[in-house]
Amino acid sequence: MSSQPTPATLPRPAFAPSVSRTLATAARVLRQLRHDPRSIALMLLVPCVMLFLLRFVFDGSPGTFDSIGASLLGIFPLITMFLVTSIATLRERTSGTLERLLAMPLGKADLIAGYALAFGLVAVIQSLLATGLALWGLGLDIVGSPWLLLLVALLDALLGTALGLFISAFAASEFQAVQFMPAVIFPQLLLCGLFAPRDTMQPVLEAISDVLPMSYAVDAMSEVLRHPDVTGDFVRDVLVVAVCALVVLALGAATLRRRTA
Amino acid sequence: MMNFSGVAVLARGLTVVRGDRTVLRGLDFSVLSGRITGLLGPSGCGKSTLMRAVVGTQAKVGGTLEILGRPAGATELRPRIGYVTQAPSVYDDLTVRQNLEYFAAVLLPGRRNRDARREYVTRAIEDVDLASHADSLAGRLSGGQRSRVSLAVALLGTPEVLVLDEPTVGLDPVLRRDLWDLFHRLAGERGATILVSSHVMDEAERCHRLLLMREGEILAEDAPDDLRVRTRSETVEQAFLRLVDEADALQESRR
Repeated sequence: MSSQPTPATLPRPAFAPSVSRTLATAARVLRQLRHDPRSIALMLLVPCVMLFLLRFVFDGSPGTFDSIGASLLGIFPLITMFLVTSIATLRERTSGTLERLLAMPLGKADLIAGYALAFGLVAVIQSLLATGLALWGLGLDIVGSPWLLLLVALLDALLGTALGLFISAFAASEFQAVQFMPAVIFPQLLLCGLFAPRDTMQPVLEAISDVLPMSYAVDAMSEVLRHPDVTGDFVRDVLVVAVCALVVLALGAATLRRRTA
Repeated sequence: MMNFSGVAVLARGLTVVRGDRTVLRGLDFSVLSGRITGLLGPSGCGKSTLMRAVVGTQAKVGGTLEILGRPAGATELRPRIGYVTQAPSVYDDLTVRQNLEYFAAVLLPGRRNRDARREYVTRAIEDVDLASHADSLAGRLSGGQRSRVSLAVALLGTPEVLVLDEPTVGLDPVLRRDLWDLFHRLAGERGATILVSSHVMDEAERCHRLLLMREGEILAEDAPDDLRVRTRSETVEQAFLRLVDEADALQESRR
C-alpha cells in the first residue's frame, strides 16, 4: 500500500447541483449494461421476434396485424423498461450503493434522470429496430408518420422506467420485483384496447381503462395508424402518457429516502 | 487541518429508535479530530446504527449530534464524510476502476475536474493495494478485495471524516495489518478523523481512543492504555469484560 502524501493541489469536493452528475450516472448505467451483452440482446431482439411471429400468426388478416402490431410497438418499450428499471433500482437499493450515493453529494433528481436517460437511450434503439422491422420488413401499414410512432414508444419507455422505479420500493427481492410485472402490467394490457375496443367493455372496466396510462399509449398508436396528421386526440393521448410518466417519476423520487430506519 | 484538540463528532443525548425498539439510549460522546477512534462492542449493540446516525442516513435520531460543527445529515457535510458500510457497496458489474470513476464523478463532477478525478482514482486504488485488479469486475473479486474496493470509494476526495463499519472483518492477518497501517497514515498524513467499528477486541490496541458499547449504551470512552490502567486489566478485552460485570452489578444493586 502506497504512502503518498495528500496532493495539496487536488480540489476538495463541494455540493452543487450539476448536469454532469446526471450524465455520469447515465454513463455508469450503460457501462453496467455493456458488461451484460445477453441482456442487451434480449432487450433489443425479443420485440422484433414477437412482431415477426405476430405477422405470421395473422397471416390471413393483415388488417389485424396492423392494429395489434402498432399497439405492441407502444407496449414493448413499456414492459421492457419496467422490468429492467425495477430490477436495476432494486439492486441499487439492496447492494447498499443507493445508501452510499445518497450519503454523497448526489441529488435524487440526478439519479432518476440518469436512469431515465440511460434506459431512454436503450428504448430508442429498441423502438428504432422494432418500428423499422414492422414498417419495412413486415409491411405494417400506417397512415401517419413513423416518427410519431417513435415518439409514443419513447414516452412509453419513460412511463415504464417510472413505474419500475416506483414499484422497486415495494419489492424486497428480485423475485418479488418480477412478480410485480404481471400485477402492474397485465391488467393494463387486458384493458388497454388491445384485445377488444375499450368502448365495448363492461362499463366498469371501461371506466377503469380510462384511468390507466397504457390505454392512452395504445390509443395514440392507433391514431397514428389511422390518421395522416397529428390529431387533437393524439396530442391529448401523448400528453396523458407524458404527465403520467412525470407524476410516477416524482412518486419514485419520493421513495428514495436519504434517511432510513 | 491536523487539529488534535478539536472535536470532529459531538453527541449529547443521542437517541435512535428503530421500530418500537430504542437502539441507542441517550449517548454522550465525542470523536477527536485527526485521531482514530475505535467503536467496539458485541454484534447488535448499536455500532452500525451509531455510524449511520453520524453519516446522516439513519432515521429517527433524537438529541444533539454534530459533525464538524454542523448537525448530522446536513447537505454540506456529504462531500466531507467518507462512509464504508459493513457489506461492500459497489457495483459488481463494473470494474474496480469504473466503480471509482463513477463515484469520483459524483463527488467532483464536470470536465474541468477530470484530471483531479483521475488522480483521486489512481491514489485510491493504490491506497487499498488493488492496482493489479483495477480492471477486474468487482463481482469477480474475493470478499476481502470487494470490501477494499468499497473502502477505496470512501477515500475519494480526501474526506475529513471517515466512518468505517467493520472494514477488516473476514480479512487475513496480513491485510488487516496493512489496512490499519493505512488508517494510521490517513490520520497522520492526511489529517483524517477516523471512526472505525470492530467486534474484534485486539484491534482496539491500534486505536488512539476507544468507545466501548454494549446494548445501546457507551460503557467507556478512553484511550486504550488509560482504560487498561483504570480497570487494572492486561488487555482491552479484559477491561471490556470487567466494565460489563461492573455495569451488571450496578444494575442488580439498583433493583
